[in-house]
Amino acid sequence: MILADSSTRVLVQGITGRQGRFHARLMQEYGTAVVAGVTPGKGGESVHGIPVYDTVREAVREHDATASVVFVPAPLAMDACLEALAHLELVVVITEGIPVKDTMLLRARAKRLGSRLIGPNTPGIISPGESKLGIMPASVFRRGSAGVVSRSGTLAYEIAAAMSSSGIGQSTLVGVGGDAVVGTSMAEVLQMFESDPETEAVVLVGEIGGEAEERAAEFVKEMSKPVVAYIAGITAPPEKRMGHAGAIISRGRGTAESKIRALERAGARVAEFPQQIPEILREVA
Amino acid sequence: MELCEYRGKGILREHGIPVPEGRVVESPEGAKIAAAELGGEVVVKALVPAGGRGKAGGVRFAASPEEAAEAAEALLGMHIKGYRVRRLLVERRLEILRELYACVAVDREAGMPLVMLSREGGVEVEEVPEHLIARAHVEPLTGFHPYMARELCAEAGLRGGELRQVAEVLHRMYGVFQSRDALLVEVNPLAITPGGVVAADAKLSIDDDAWFRQGMEQREEQRYVELEGSIGCIVNGAGLAMATMDTLKRLGGEPANFLDIGGGAGAEAMKRAVARVTSNPSVRVLLVNILGGITRCDEIAEGIVEAVQEVRVPVVVRLMGTNEEEGRQILRAAGIEVERDMLAAARLAVELSKSI
Repeated sequence: MILADSSTRVLVQGITGRQGRFHARLMQEYGTAVVAGVTPGKGGESVHGIPVYDTVREAVREHDATASVVFVPAPLAMDACLEALAHLELVVVITEGIPVKDTMLLRARAKRLGSRLIGPNTPGIISPGESKLGIMPASVFRRGSAGVVSRSGTLAYEIAAAMSSSGIGQSTLVGVGGDAVVGTSMAEVLQMFESDPETEAVVLVGEIGGEAEERAAEFVKEMSKPVVAYIAGITAPPEKRMGHAGAIISRGRGTAESKIRALERAGARVAEFPQQIPEILREVA
Repeated sequence: MELCEYRGKGILREHGIPVPEGRVVESPEGAKIAAAELGGEVVVKALVPAGGRGKAGGVRFAASPEEAAEAAEALLGMHIKGYRVRRLLVERRLEILRELYACVAVDREAGMPLVMLSREGGVEVEEVPEHLIARAHVEPLTGFHPYMARELCAEAGLRGGELRQVAEVLHRMYGVFQSRDALLVEVNPLAITPGGVVAADAKLSIDDDAWFRQGMEQREEQRYVELEGSIGCIVNGAGLAMATMDTLKRLGGEPANFLDIGGGAGAEAMKRAVARVTSNPSVRVLLVNILGGITRCDEIAEGIVEAVQEVRVPVVVRLMGTNEEEGRQILRAAGIEVERDMLAAARLAVELSKSI
């Protein structure tokens, strides 16, 4: 597994908000070590028995947290993420709707500090049976040896559910986020899976827009592990934003065809529909 | 949000970038008055948020106020790239010696702003050979400094006063990009005239997610895409929505539209979504595909139960994920069948769309 395991000590930023509170409990129920929460001005309170602090620095000092999951609303998210990056090696940003300018700054800051930024607009990370840093429904995952990397949240759950129900478990699932600019690319996650001893095959879930899949395909060429991919939006009309800020075919770039071609040339097998992935994984494993 | 040329130029002017003097008009009479005020030759441009306007016949020159009125007469009501021309921009005609291309854009994969400059302006940038475009990524923690703009100008082959003036414009364009939360600031052509450098056109795209600091309305949570078939789709999450659309087509169905209710939508949002999707008269069956993570199936189910009473078409519901069991019970109690498998739900929706 990569990025998160049972030793990951998690801090939840925005833990007193509606989503933070709800998902802190679900993460805890899953077995994640949720050691503290942060909401400025609410230090001293507690949520589901989790102590709340005013600052990340205090929470880290008291509980040796190693990662943060951020639920802070978009207008305040950049500041919260900068605070997290200053003290933690892994920052997972669930928040949707963060301006691109803010994400570019966060990404640069993370690289400068050597911290890992996942997202924004991500479902998070789950290493089934070990740890969940995010909002995914735990029931669709089971432990196994296939790594999954995805731009989309719910589509990744769909594919994980199809895998699990046909007996193929996951080592780790990483949502890189649906925005045009994200902290960690699919190519970087592929590299982590390639060097992870527990991962035997990788599923890449892409979608139209941008060139992240084409870049990932460059690394697929170098990989020893089999890669199975699915690209959403093959029937999407051009110049229409398909929900995700990043999902738009613009000026002929970012088409599903271009991504599928690049991945197939690099040696990946590309599924025609999500539920076909388990079958192809069986063939290549 | 794409800004029209006039608003874009207004912003450039506020940031000290020279733009031609101009007026927005909505009638031939208005064009005539504007041309008389501006004096001399003018250019009359269709105000539509689309590129390639010149090629589509949306730009005309006029030597007199009467000719400007004629040009306006011809342009108003035209359709350019799907947009009906309702407003025109009348500008003093520039004496253009040469045309450059300049832009600041987001390089998604590099995660950084990208500044580009070319001596080959006036045409679509895709048509300019790669080696004639000078590029520089901007490290967000450092910013774009005047020397970087000068380096770009030198790389593009500019010298002397031209280098200094264009560098100044580039630096100011980056200022616009930063302060306005732009995703694109494009000036094409950036005109070299006897009087100096002028932004002859302007294309600005503003990041909708920056609404909270740019004085914009917050973008709607629900994202709706209109298509041409008969199956209305409500899905949570863009990737799953696209996969649903692809799957329906693969099974021989045609989606009429899809609405991504986004993450964490509740019962009220679901009700609104049903109303919006089924208001399209070509919808013959409604498919709701929810895989709950941050979205809770019980809240979605409550919304469906309330909304479905008003709906005139059959409804196929697929629920899985967070609070799934609770959601299933709510729907069952209301006599609504629930699928668990996405493919099965899609098949049923396609069948129904054909049998009704």
